[in-house]
Amino acid sequence: MANLTEQAPQKTGIGLDPIDVPAIAADFPLLRRAINGHRIVYLDSAASAQHPFSVIEAMDHYYGTSHANVHRGVYAVAEEADRLYEDARKAVGRLIGAPHPEREIIFTKNATESLNLVAYSWARANLVRNDAVLLTEMEHHANLVPWLMLAKERDLNLRYLSLDDAYRLNLSNLDRLMEGVRLASFTLMSNVLGTMPPAAVLVDAARRAGAVVVADGAQFVPHFPTDVASLGCDFLAFSGHKMLGPTGIGVLWGRQELLEEMPPFIGGGGMIRDVTLDGFLPTELPWKFEAGTPPIAEAVGLGAAVRYLEAVGMERIAEHDRALTSYALQSLSERFGRDIKIFGPDDPNDLSARGGVVSFALRDIHPHDLSQVLDQSGVCVRAGHHCAKPLMRRLGVSATARASFYLYNDESDVDALADALGEAAKLFS
Amino acid sequence: MTGLEDLYREIILDHYRSPRNRGELPVPPALRLEGFNPLCGDEVVLYLVIEDGTVADVKIAGQGCSISQSSASLMSAAVKGKSVAEARSLIRSFKAMMSIHETTLAEPGSGSQETVGLDDKEAHGGKIPEEEIGLGDEDHPVDLESLGELAALQGVVKFPVRIKCATLSWNVLAQGLDEAEAGVVQKNQAG
Repeated sequence: MANLTEQAPQKTGIGLDPIDVPAIAADFPLLRRAINGHRIVYLDSAASAQHPFSVIEAMDHYYGTSHANVHRGVYAVAEEADRLYEDARKAVGRLIGAPHPEREIIFTKNATESLNLVAYSWARANLVRNDAVLLTEMEHHANLVPWLMLAKERDLNLRYLSLDDAYRLNLSNLDRLMEGVRLASFTLMSNVLGTMPPAAVLVDAARRAGAVVVADGAQFVPHFPTDVASLGCDFLAFSGHKMLGPTGIGVLWGRQELLEEMPPFIGGGGMIRDVTLDGFLPTELPWKFEAGTPPIAEAVGLGAAVRYLEAVGMERIAEHDRALTSYALQSLSERFGRDIKIFGPDDPNDLSARGGVVSFALRDIHPHDLSQVLDQSGVCVRAGHHCAKPLMRRLGVSATARASFYLYNDESDVDALADALGEAAKLFS
Repeated sequence: MTGLEDLYREIILDHYRSPRNRGELPVPPALRLEGFNPLCGDEVVLYLVIEDGTVADVKIAGQGCSISQSSASLMSAAVKGKSVAEARSLIRSFKAMMSIHETTLAEPGSGSQETVGLDDKEAHGGKIPEEEIGLGDEDHPVDLESLGELAALQGVVKFPVRIKCATLSWNVLAQGLDEAEAGVVQKNQAG
């Protein structure tokens, strides 16, 4: 099994044309906006990415020409809607190397719902009192709260991989912690630290323990080539809106044999084979997990987003993110020295185990004050606990400021960030 | 003026850098109250001693952004030594200053907040135009003069997400005054 985080740099960066950022950015209408008299410098893609025209137009076109409910109508427009919806499923499946996209790609509301689906369906059907679930200290609330809720209901034993002082997972006692674990769920990339755990090591250990593996790909999938077969997980959850798609749609990929065995999650129309007044029979995959009218336009938009990402190339995007993150780590540290603290791996020459989010503190300036001052220069960063309060406690802070990069950002955006941080430092000196 | 100077006035930065009445008080006789703002993670811990209907002593602990902490500091300086009635009146005036004209809140789909366009000249960036802020309403006009240094926080109203930072300590104070009075009533009833 390939080590994901070691493999990625070898696969990329050689012979790849760098991304033409101005040409890419021109595809994103929101990036033409001015904020407070400055061009917008959007550094919050880890929270939600912006949309290219092609995504917005695909949704508009769907609503304007082909809208009907899916899976029900026997007329031309309904069949078009059906085809567009299922085409989006195939596109998403192709992006992550799903062996059976037409069965294994389930559209949800977001990554949060995808993780809840696993918790409510697979875990509730399979986990009993005192069963162990392994998580990590750096999880987003979306990969914590569903398990905390289930743990309370089922009296489960939750265990956590801790962080070391270099912001990496402490794996020294991995095998001991994994003993008897029935389910392991971890992020492929921390939304706060950027840290990417060695997925292959975790998956191998989980396999040896006989545990089912859930990967939270909300931050990873939008930025790196993803292949569920080499990843080796059983479930992969991610969101549409962090990968240029619209809000309101997420994805759960699951191994077909596991999905087949799982009970439905949400009940309603579209997910049944038959209903009587005494009971129901669920229908087949993937519709078993898609009760009610699904987010059709959002699926169409996500399909267009996938095609946009594929046209640019996920390996080029990954390489671009790496170069930009390296530049950011270097220039922030050169400019602010000991005044800036990076929460996450901070070596600009080693991007092998981190992605393009940079959390930081500038002296003791509160992140919300920083973000407010940066906004005056049109620089959009996130400030807060990033839905990772246990991690904030571990870091000993209540909040951090976070800049995150995507294919439409370049070094001038990092320079604008540094200049604006300089202004903030002056104001609060 | 870009608006930022409105938010971070020198008095505010001064109270942030050198907070007044910082510390703790023994409980009892002091009351200890906490307030949280989940957005910023702001935390204000208020120690309050009420004697003979007067705010005899007040201390502030906790941590958070410059607006929440300077507001708490300004508040402590403003109410210390004042009667409970005066403190309540200050709370009312401060909250009125922090309120936005009802016309701007009425319909999210129309009115001045909806003028965000592609051209920044036309946009307020989600902020409220100056003439509509911090003046209370017809029935409850704000007497800025009575607020003294606290009027420095008026600019916060232009940044709606930060209003909660500014009002956090005041809500804690209102709660503290309520509890103190309830305690007095209880004591009297017991006696």
